[in-house]
Amino acid sequence: MAKIIIDRERCKGCELCTLICPQKIIVMSKSFNKKSYHPAELMNPEKCTGCAFCAMTCPDVAIEVYK
Amino acid sequence: MGVKKLMKQVFTKPKSLTDVPFTYCPGCHHGIIHRLVAEAMDDLNIAEDTIGIAPVGCAVFAYLFFECDMIVAAHGRAPAIATGIKRVKPDNIVFTYQGDGDLASIGTAEIVHAANRGEKITVIFVNNAIYGMTGGQMAPTTLEGQITQTSPYGRDSKTMGMPIRICELLSTLNSPAYIARVALTKPAYIVKAKKAIKKAFQYQLDGKGFALVEVLSTCPTSWGLSPKEANEWLNEKMIPYYPLGEFKNVEEVS
Ligand SMILES: Cc1ncc(C[n+]2csc(CCOP(=O)(O)OP(=O)(O)O)c2C)c(N)n1
Ligand code: SF4
Ligand code: SF4
Ligand code: SF4
Repeated sequence: MAKIIIDRERCKGCELCTLICPQKIIVMSKSFNKKSYHPAELMNPEKCTGCAFCAMTCPDVAIEVYK
Repeated sequence: MGVKKLMKQVFTKPKSLTDVPFTYCPGCHHGIIHRLVAEAMDDLNIAEDTIGIAPVGCAVFAYLFFECDMIVAAHGRAPAIATGIKRVKPDNIVFTYQGDGDLASIGTAEIVHAANRGEKITVIFVNNAIYGMTGGQMAPTTLEGQITQTSPYGRDSKTMGMPIRICELLSTLNSPAYIARVALTKPAYIVKAKKAIKKAFQYQLDGKGFALVEVLSTCPTSWGLSPKEANEWLNEKMIPYYPLGEFKNVEEVS
């Protein structure tokens, strides 16, 4: 059981986390954050392994990982 | 949720970073490099004693992001300022954070001589093969054929020379204690980059001498690529010319 929390206001919508996630469970939201970026969102949270690859690659330190 | 309570936080923002959001473009590796430097300061518990020197370049605002004392140097002069501070305050940990325009162009003299004197400082060198802040001009590290604002037909080595490999160049000197080149485009690379950056601070703590880590970095904005394409370009074009690895390590007898 693992879980990530994405700070949608820190996110700049770069998509690097969506590409690196081995489970492919991060997607870009259709909505905008206050900076007018489409923030990343977790889909199918039950598939998260807590590997933290997404957090390691995030240039804006917007992801926390729990395991 | 009971299960949630049992979960432990395994990744969070390091304490040596402030809460100020980075001013970098989406997907720019400067942010990852800041995080790794801050993690190294956390791991070694040195933020209180550390003095960082920010460059001129996109990282000019680095003083807003690190929870340690910071100074901004004139363009390329960070190693000279670091030298002065480290010699006056040898018990402090002193690092410079410099782009390739800063370190490998206007500041070439400063870095070569600081390395040659074996100043006991840590240098984080961000090589993104371009001048980011000023809108994408050619840097000494720009690849052959690479199109920039000042090489619109691509860098031509006949008139512009070949891209400078700083790690290899500085490794010819006797004094440096540690010189390594790393990248951040894969999880395994990021783990190695973290180790190298931590080592570069540890060597200063141990008084071993000059330590430099070159980080191959993206500039999606000035390269005119998406963050994903920029990562691919770095893997396909930069790594073959700028091989990763340790070029000098006083710890290892070769
Ligand atoms: C003495 C001086 N010359 C030139 C400039 C203009 N200038 C500002 S940043 C920069 C280069 C930035 O490129 P780099 O060091 O690679 O950092 P990046 O922005 O790519 O992170 C230049 C030439 C300046 N500020 N001061
Ligand atoms: S922790 Fe790993 S599996 Fe979970 S979202 Fe991040 S990259 Fe994907
Ligand atoms: S890597 Fe970070 S900034 Fe980029 S989309 Fe994912 S959460 Fe947002
Ligand atoms: S211009 Fe380039 S180096 Fe500067 S913040 Fe933007 S992507 Fe990063």
